[in-house]
Amino acid sequence: MKRVQFSHPYLPYLFLLPQMAVIFIFFYWPSAQAIQSSFYLEDPFGFGSTFVGINNYTDILSSSEYMRIAWFTVWFTVLVTFFSLSIGLLLAVKADAILKGASAYKTLLISVYAVAPPVAGLIGVMFFDQHIGPFVKFAALFGWDMRIGINYYDTAIAMITIAVWKQIPYNFIFFLSGLQGIPVSVREASAIDCRSGLRRFWTITLPLLSPTAFFLLIINMTYALFDTFGIVDTTVKDKAANNPITLVYKVYMDGFRGNDLGGSSAQSVILMIVVFVLTIFQFRFLERRVHYN
Amino acid sequence: MANIQIANVSKTYAGDIHAVKSVNIDIADGEFIVLVGPSGCGKSTLLRMIAGLETITSGTASIGGKIVNKVEPAERDIAMVFQNYALYPHMSVYANMAYGLKNRGTPKAEIDARVKEAVRMLELEPYLDRKPRALSGGQRQRVAMGRAIVRKPAAFLFDEPLSNLDAKLRVSMRGEIKQLQKRLGTTSLYVTHDQLEAMTLADRLVVLNRGEVEQIGTPLDVYHNPASTFVAGFIGSPAMNLVNVEITGQTIAFGDQTISVENRTLPQGKSTLGIRPEDLRLAQDGSGFAFHVDYIEELGAQRLVHGHASGTPLTVTLSSEVALPEDIRLSVLAEKLHFFSAETGKRITA
Repeated sequence: MKRVQFSHPYLPYLFLLPQMAVIFIFFYWPSAQAIQSSFYLEDPFGFGSTFVGINNYTDILSSSEYMRIAWFTVWFTVLVTFFSLSIGLLLAVKADAILKGASAYKTLLISVYAVAPPVAGLIGVMFFDQHIGPFVKFAALFGWDMRIGINYYDTAIAMITIAVWKQIPYNFIFFLSGLQGIPVSVREASAIDCRSGLRRFWTITLPLLSPTAFFLLIINMTYALFDTFGIVDTTVKDKAANNPITLVYKVYMDGFRGNDLGGSSAQSVILMIVVFVLTIFQFRFLERRVHYN
Repeated sequence: MANIQIANVSKTYAGDIHAVKSVNIDIADGEFIVLVGPSGCGKSTLLRMIAGLETITSGTASIGGKIVNKVEPAERDIAMVFQNYALYPHMSVYANMAYGLKNRGTPKAEIDARVKEAVRMLELEPYLDRKPRALSGGQRQRVAMGRAIVRKPAAFLFDEPLSNLDAKLRVSMRGEIKQLQKRLGTTSLYVTHDQLEAMTLADRLVVLNRGEVEQIGTPLDVYHNPASTFVAGFIGSPAMNLVNVEITGQTIAFGDQTISVENRTLPQGKSTLGIRPEDLRLAQDGSGFAFHVDYIEELGAQRLVHGHASGTPLTVTLSSEVALPEDIRLSVLAEKLHFFSAETGKRITA
C-alpha cells in the first residue's frame, strides 16, 4: 500500500468532507429526526407536537393491521429473494453453457435491468391488466379469474411476479460473471471426477459461487424490503384499502396520506432496527459458510 | 490398467484449422508415453480428446479395447493432472482426493484407505485438512497427483503438470512422477514442451509438429536416429547442427570447405547434414575444416563454443580442460553424421 503524505494536516479531511456531508444530510440527520419524532404525536396541521413517550411504538406493535402487513412483507421478501435469485442463477448457468449467439442472449437478459422500478411496475401492471393483460388471459385459460387490485392474493401474486421480473437481470449479471470466474480447468477436473452435471453444480459450481450468492442475497433482501416501493404503488394503484402492501409502503401511507408523522416515524425506526439485526445475522452466521477464493 | 489406441485421430476447428492431423499411436499397457512438441503442435488437444474434454473430429480413440469417442469424461476410467492443478479451492486436501471416488459410490472405508495410502506415498499427511490456497505449488501438484492416484484409473493423463513449478522442484517432481508410475504400472500419457522432461520420463516419445506425428520411438532411438530435421533440431540441447551440403563420392562440401569421410557410404547430391555438438572434435595437425569462434558459454565441465564455418553457424561442445588453440579446426565422427533430404527434411537411411 502506498502511503501519501499531505503537507497540510487538514487536507485529507477536506477531501472526505463531501462524502461525509452527503451521508450526514441524507442518512444520519433524517434518521435522528425520525427517532426524535417517533416519540411525539404531531398535529396533522403542523400546529405543534406532544411528547407521548413510547406510545407510538406500543400502538404499532399492538395493531393487528400492522402485524398483517409485517407478515406479508416477510413473505414478500422471502419469495421475491428466492425466486429472483434462483431464476437469475438458472438463466446465468444456461447462458454460460451456450456457445453460439451467447452475447445476443446475454444482452437481451441484461437489458431489462435498465428499466426503472416504477416503469417496470407500470409494464407489469399492464401485463396483469383486467382487460388487455396477457397474464390475466393466460390465467383465465386455466379457469383462474385474476382480479388485480380487488382480490388480495391475486394482487400479491402480481406484485411478487413484477418484483421478481425486475430483479432477475441484476442477479443474472452477477451470477454470470461469477460463473465465468470459475477456472475452466476446475470445471474440467470435475467433469472427469463426476458424471452427473447436476451433482457437479451442487458440489463444485455453487460453492464457488457462494461469495456472489451471499452478496446478492443481501442486495435482494434490501431490494424486496425497500426498493419495491414503486412496484407496490403502481400495482395497488393508490388504493391500499384491502390490498397487500409492504411495511415501507405503509410508512409512506401513514405519514403522507394519514398525516400520522409520529407513527410513521416509529415504523421507520422499527424497520431500521430490523435491517440492522438482519445485516448482523447475515454477516455473522451466513458468511461463515461462504468460501472466498 | 489398459492399453490405449489412437487411430487416425484428427481435430478440425471451425475455419478449417487442423489442430491434429490423422494421428496413430498404440500405447501398451503400463507404458509411459510422452507427447512432445513446440507450443501449438496439437499435443494438448490430442490429450484432451483422449480425456473427453474435446470432441474427436474423425478417427477413434479406445481405452482398454473400448472405443470412447462418445463416452463421457467421467466414464472413460482416466484421471488427469492439469497444468494449474485444477484443485477444488473450497475443499480440503482430503476432500479433493476423495471427490472422484465419492461420486462413483465407493464405500467410505475404501475411500479412506485409498486416500491415506496416496497421502503416505506423496508425503502429504500433515496437510490433509488444509485448503489448496494454504499449500505451496509443489504441494498442490502432489495433491493433484494424489487425486489421480486414488482413483486407480486405467490411465493417467498429464497436461504439462510441471510447467508451473520452479526449475529445482520440477527436476525432483519429474523423478517422483517417474518412480510413482513405475511402481503403480499405470498406462500414462504425458504432454510437455520441454524436451529434457520428455527424454527423462518417457518409455517412448511421440514428437509432434503442426498436428502431425514426426517420430515415435524410445528417447535414445529418437536422439540417435531423428527421423527428420525437425526432430533433430527439437530433441537434444544444445540443438543438433544442421548444414546444407553437397556430396560427391566421399567428399562433403559446404561453403568453400570440404570434409572427407571414409568407411561409410554417403547419399549423393544435395542434402542436409546433421551433427550433434558433442560429435564435433578438435582436429589435430591441420586436418578438418576451419572454424571461427563467435562466443563461448562455460558450463563448468564443458563449454559450448558457438561460431561459424564458411558462413554456417555451428555449436560445438568441448571439454573445459582442453585449451582452445588460436586457429581452430574441427573434425567429425563419420558414424555420427545424420543425413536428411534437402526437399522433405526426412532422414536418409543409407
